[in-house]
Order: sequence, then structure tokens, then C-alpha cells
Amino acid sequence: MAEHPNPQHPAPASGGGAIPTVVADGVDVVYRVNGTGAGRGSATAALHRILRRGPAERTAGVRTVHAVRDVSFVAYKGEAIGLVGTNGSGKSTLLKAVAGLLPVERGRIFTDGQPSLLGVNAALMNDLTGERNVHLGGLAMGMSREQIRARHQEIVDFSGINEKGDFITLPMRTYSSGMAARLRFSIAAAKDHDVLLVDEALATGDRSFQKRSEARIRELRKHAGTVFLVSHNNKSIRDTCERVLWLERGELRMDGPTDDVLKEYESFTGGKGAGPKPAAGPKPTPEVRPGEGAGRVPS
Amino acid sequence: MTQAPHPPPPTGSAPPGHGDLAALAARHGLTVSGARPPLAAYVRLLWARRHFIAAFSTAKLTAQYSQARLGQVWQVMTPLLNAAVYYLIFGVLLGTRRGVPDYVPFLVTGVFVWTFTQSSILAGTRAISGNLGLVRALHFPRAALPISFCLQQLQQLLFSMCALVVILLAFGVPVAFSWALALPALALQFTFNAGVSMVMARMGARTPDIAQLMPFVLRTWMYVSGVMWSIDNLAGKHTGWPSWVLPVLQANPAAVYIDLMRFALIDSFGADRLPQHVWALAAGWALLAGAGGFVYFWKAEETYGRG
Repeated sequence: MAEHPNPQHPAPASGGGAIPTVVADGVDVVYRVNGTGAGRGSATAALHRILRRGPAERTAGVRTVHAVRDVSFVAYKGEAIGLVGTNGSGKSTLLKAVAGLLPVERGRIFTDGQPSLLGVNAALMNDLTGERNVHLGGLAMGMSREQIRARHQEIVDFSGINEKGDFITLPMRTYSSGMAARLRFSIAAAKDHDVLLVDEALATGDRSFQKRSEARIRELRKHAGTVFLVSHNNKSIRDTCERVLWLERGELRMDGPTDDVLKEYESFTGGKGAGPKPAAGPKPTPEVRPGEGAGRVPS
Repeated sequence: MTQAPHPPPPTGSAPPGHGDLAALAARHGLTVSGARPPLAAYVRLLWARRHFIAAFSTAKLTAQYSQARLGQVWQVMTPLLNAAVYYLIFGVLLGTRRGVPDYVPFLVTGVFVWTFTQSSILAGTRAISGNLGLVRALHFPRAALPISFCLQQLQQLLFSMCALVVILLAFGVPVAFSWALALPALALQFTFNAGVSMVMARMGARTPDIAQLMPFVLRTWMYVSGVMWSIDNLAGKHTGWPSWVLPVLQANPAAVYIDLMRFALIDSFGADRLPQHVWALAAGWALLAGAGGFVYFWKAEETYGRG
């Protein structure tokens, strides 16, 4: 678990004066989902719920999903931390809570500066040209207009959108899904962050773009204090991170050096998540239920 | 969610107590992630994002008709068609135009000004609940969303105003210095709209059902605001009304902004048809809604985005 101060941890920064950048203190995140209560969908059931006001009213129609349970850890400056776990184990939720985008139910998360999630997808509009999306995405991330103007060409070049013609002046809806993903990553990666949170961004685009984005992540890491990386690709975790948090069903199962945690994790998942190659199909092994393999194909 | 048949035993030492971690964070000057900034800091954050607010609203506006063959022509066509429908129903069929001089400019001004308030509030209601993806992915003061949607509607209104000027001239309304009064009236109305939008955005974020209810509320509001009929004309016809009805109808913020715009643009709509202290009323509503709505919205800043 969160061992601080722990000598066997990958020495953060200068070893001696480790500076914490993110402190999670017993964090719980709970999603509330409207309209999944028993009998929802039928109007009478909804009416029944409304009529039966009272203390039970809140719980009647609202189901809660406890996505992260009592997670505590300390991240230090200069660390790159991988988050692993099977699908639905709460990795992305934890990242969003660290970024302050999802309110925590219990506990607290302290951060140094403003952690940012790598990604601007939500701010971009498919009906606008690539150029205008570069501008809009930059502004959405909090860059100034001067910064965007200075970086504009760099972003376009990095995305490689214009390699096959003048696509940047076309609406984004005309892009192939790979092109759009590349532009999104390029915009998102244009800003330097104090604490950078990356959620499976390395998997976008073709092989050459993946290599470029991995290099860019490493570059961002140099500028950023701390990097968190969520990925189902254990190879990219090995390449980038020296420490790994393993979440399972919202609980922090393990926290330690990459090799130790990934060894345990791989034996837990049947070792199939190890390579960059997707598992061909569910191979029944003693530890894994049939069908498990499909859930962990690196996406 | 995949099930773990044999959860491996937890490793490592026991987690440090909660007090230790909080103390560690305090020692290094870390701050709570996602906490609500104080009001003054919030205003500064919002100001720092002004370019984003402007770019987002323009982008929304442009994206709106980008698939249509006629493109941005619809920005002007839509309000004109709206006005034509109202003219057909209220002007011709129901005959509300009787006794109202310059009925077409009167009606079109009313429809455009009302549409501005109506669509701002509708957009505001969905500002948070309809943009959860954005709220959960990026950091910015959330008030940027409702304000940005109101700004989009303001831009839309400016397009409509261009059409309105053409209509005014076509119906022989002379150009006058009083047209300049449209600007302060619009500024006050925008502030009012933004304030109400922020109130609705907070309520809509907590209870999305409100978005289903708002069209009915807004339609009722429209019918009492004298959009397609003249409030003082009607009061003249119904002499049996209690004395408080007319002042209340005229003090209604939507009616105030509509009448101010008519007063500014249409020469036959004289000051005698405005309620007393109309500018004070307009400013008062703007201040009340703007400041109140902003503070009300800010009070729940950290809860936006909860699923």
C-alpha cells in the first residue's frame, strides 16, 4: 500500500528530499445513476417513487456504483506511475478524481498545482475544421491565444494530418477515425502540465504515430512533475513507469516497483496482458474464467 | 466488471493513518483537488477564460448550420420564419394587430427579443447536464458554460437584428438616434439571461428532469409577456381588471426588455407606453439575476460533474 517514506521505492527525484505532488487520503468515489431502480421504465413505478417522498426517496430510484474504495497513496515529483487493473476496476475514475473532475465521496486528494487529464475530445466539435479545433482545444485547456498561435504549426505537423493533403482546413467529421484521434492527441499533448494524467492515449493511431506519441509522453514527463498512465498495454507501462498501482474492484491491491506489481498482476490475469499483442481469444487457464481474456485485450 | 476468483492477498505494510497523509500534504503546501475557489478567485479564473468562452460560443454557432446547404443563411432565415408564423396566427387569424400601430415591426421585435431570453434559458438548463463529457474532462470555471451559451444566443440575436433592421426600413420606420438605446437594453438583457441561465444550469445539473419542464414554463411566460400583443392595449379593453394586474404584467423582466427594445427602435412606440422607471426596472432585474445567479451557481461549483 502507500508506503511513505519507503526506502525500497524507486527513488523519486534526488532521493533525499522527496516532494509529494499528489496525496490521496482514503479516497472513495461513488457514481449515482438515475433511473436504474427496480421497475424503472414503467411510468407507474416512477410515479410511485415520486409519491412516496421521504427519507427513502433518494435511495429508491438512484443506484450507486462504488467505483473507488478507500484508496491511499503518495506520488512524488519525478515519478511516472502506471495504473493497472482489469476493466471496470476504477482506474479512470481514480484519475478523474485526482484531476478534481469527479467529486470524492469520502477522503481527500491533495495536489500540487492543477493536475490535468490528457485529452480534449469533449471540447472539440466535429463540424469545425481541424484548424479551428486546434484553437478551441488549446483555449479549452487553458492556453493563451499567443501560446496557441506559437504552437499551431507544431501541433499540425505533429499530428501528420497534412501529410496526405490539406486536411486541416476540412471539418473534422471528414477525418478517418485514426486521423481524428491523432489530431486530438496532438492538441492535448501541446501543453506542459505539472501533474499529467494519461488515460490509454498511447494506443491511438498507426505504428509510427504511436512511436511519436510515446516519445512525446516521455518529453512531457520531463517537464511534468508527475505522470500517471492508465493502460492495458503492460509493455508501455514497463517502458514508461517505474512504479505501478494495481486497482481491482476499486480497491488498491498493490503499490510498488513496476516489475514486482506487474508480475503479480500478470499471474492474476493469466499473463496474457503481458505483450503488446492482443490475446487471440479466451484460453481457459485454471486461474481465469472463460471470457476473461476478451476483457483485457489492449485497446 | 471482471470478477476476481482468487484475489491475491494485499501486500505491503498497513496504510498510514489519515492524519499522517493530511499532515504530509499540509507540510508541502498541497491543496485539495477540485475544491471550490473563493468568489474573487473564481471571477479571476473566469476572466482568464474569456477567450475560451467567446471561441466556444462562436464555434457552437458555426457548427449549428454547417451541414445545411444554405449554411449560415439560416441564422437569419430561422428568426424570420418564426416571425412569419406568429404574424399569420396572431396578426391575421386572431387579429391582435388591431389598435397596434406598426404591428409587424412590433411583433418581430417582440419575437426576436423574447427568443433571445427563451433560448438562453433553455440552453442554460442543459449547460451542465448536457456537457458532462466536457465537465469531466477539462478544468475551467463551470460558469463558463452557461455564459458561453448565452453569448451564443446573443450572437444569434445580432444576426436577427440585421434582419430586423431590414424589416423596420421596409415598413417605413425611420432611422433615429434612439436606436442607440438598443445597446444598453441588450447589455442589461444579456446580464439577466446569463443570471437566470446559471440558476437553471445548477438546478438542471442536479435534476435533469427540469429540462423537460422548461419549455412549458417558458411558453407560459411568453404568453404573459406581451410578445405578440400589446399589454396596455389589452388592459384598456379589460377595464374590469384589478389595478395591480397592469403594473405586474409590465414589471415582468421579459416584458421590460421587449418594450425597451420597441421603444428604442419603433418611433410610434412612445415613452407613454412604457411602465414607470423602466430603466431602473431593467437594471434592477439584470443586477438581481446576474449577481444572484452567479453566486448561486458558484456555490455548487465543486459538485458539477457528479454522475
